[in-house]
Amino acid sequence: MSEIIRARDLVKRYGPFTAVDSITFAVRTGECFGFLGPNGAGKTTTIRMISCVSPVTSGELTVDGMDVSREPRAIKSILGVVPQDNNLDPDLSVRQNLRVYGRYFDLPAALVRERIEEALELFQLTDRGEDRIASLSGGMQRRLTVARGLINSPKIMVLDEPTTGLDPQARHLVWQKLRYLRSQGVTMLLTTHYMDEAAHLCDRIVIIHQGSIIAEGTAPELVERYAGQQVVELHTVDEERAPVLAKLSAIEGVDVEEVEDIVYVYVRGGDGFDPAALNLGSMKVVYRPANLEDVFLRLTGRGLQE
Amino acid sequence: MTAIGLPRREFWRRPDVSLRALRVWQRNRDVYLRLWKSELIWPLIEPLVTLTALGVGLGGLVALDSGQSYIEFIAPGLLAVWPMWAAAGECGWGSFFRMENQRTFDAIVATPVSIEDVITGEILWGMTRALVSTVYILIVITAWGLVDSPLALLVLPLAILPGIMFASISLSYTSFAWSISSLNYFFAVFITPMFWLGGVFFPIDRLPDWAERASWFIPATHAVEVYRGLTSGNVEWSHLGDIAWMAVVAVVFYVVAVYSMRRRLVK
Repeated sequence: MSEIIRARDLVKRYGPFTAVDSITFAVRTGECFGFLGPNGAGKTTTIRMISCVSPVTSGELTVDGMDVSREPRAIKSILGVVPQDNNLDPDLSVRQNLRVYGRYFDLPAALVRERIEEALELFQLTDRGEDRIASLSGGMQRRLTVARGLINSPKIMVLDEPTTGLDPQARHLVWQKLRYLRSQGVTMLLTTHYMDEAAHLCDRIVIIHQGSIIAEGTAPELVERYAGQQVVELHTVDEERAPVLAKLSAIEGVDVEEVEDIVYVYVRGGDGFDPAALNLGSMKVVYRPANLEDVFLRLTGRGLQE
Repeated sequence: MTAIGLPRREFWRRPDVSLRALRVWQRNRDVYLRLWKSELIWPLIEPLVTLTALGVGLGGLVALDSGQSYIEFIAPGLLAVWPMWAAAGECGWGSFFRMENQRTFDAIVATPVSIEDVITGEILWGMTRALVSTVYILIVITAWGLVDSPLALLVLPLAILPGIMFASISLSYTSFAWSISSLNYFFAVFITPMFWLGGVFFPIDRLPDWAERASWFIPATHAVEVYRGLTSGNVEWSHLGDIAWMAVVAVVFYVVAVYSMRRRLVK
């Protein structure tokens, strides 16, 4: 599979602050590639460099074989950008929003009209076509923003936190449409801090933290590598903790992490660990499969990222 | 303010302006046509009120040295300064609102339209608002019988120049504005004094010598001068100087607007 976006030693500095610190990655044609990271990790900055709206400080960045600093217009004409905040034109109707946006790409009016109806149909907005933006719910505005990004039939969709702030129904509807687009061969690049979103949509994920890529792989690979198969959460009270930790330290194939009142036991290799052997008594125990959130928190720390 | 985000080579990069600027103009036009009922009332009513209050009302008490009636004297001036308000308002409050509140510029630059196209389109739109206002006021003062020469028709193509000039000056200021209310400085200190003191309501030669000389630096006075000549049929060579002056200032502030807006927006 060919690589459609390539970044090598990509750096973005704002004065003394380094927002993106020499990252290297490649996005393959037709895949959904996710940037996962806490707020301020450098996800949006990276996306903005790819979208040719933020100049690269140093390193190489090419999109579909073109250098972002040399051919921004050609690159932007094959991207469908869905920004973090909806920036629809509030004074225009739904259809007018799409028509005006299509004009920015210098597309023939007839073609734009056709695509508008397709996009409205796909995102279930056809009967809202003449409505003002203000009368749409948050979920509808989000769908319209994604639909707008499709108006130029982009090779690559660039989605910055596509479902932040949506209720579960609206999220699932957006996911469903994004899966459909991927099945149509559209390459997708998305940022998110929702683990389920990354696990659900992305073929490959990089975890980005403080401007650097700290892990890369598919969701199951990352879970296997950084969290193991199972997690046991022990909700301990103070006096119980020391004996439990002592017992755990004697067991092979588990990683232990203490966070406030919970002891997390990350279990590798399936059956090597039996919580019953710890004599946990009345302690509350949660036994569950490891997931991407475990990976994320282990790698980026549990402190608030502000 | 944001200069730290922009390396020097990026600041000096050659502006990338294309015909796609017209797409930005079209976007503003579409919004205007959708809102015209509320947008139009102010520029429609205010000139009529002012002409009545100052021209007819106050004018009855005024005798000019030239023997011209007062309303005839102020009419060509208003033809210059109302469009100034239209262009400055559009590229002041209008552009700031689109840029900061609606994030319209962000949406546009994600497409093959460059930031320089956006800036150019905004200025062209500000100029268009000035032109619409010019046409309207020209019709009003002609109907009022305040225009003496068919040369007044030349005001229409000429109005493009002060339109671009005022739009560019205004957008240059907007590029430094930190909030929408900080635009008040620009309108209170620059636009309003030009409106009242720019030679529209009284002959500049009534001012003290130093103020008369200083008025040469005021953009509005040059438009007022030329329009007075055209509507009365008294065209002079010095008017070419006024036109050249406005052309130079328009170009200078267009360049300032492009570089300063880019400094602000490209991070």
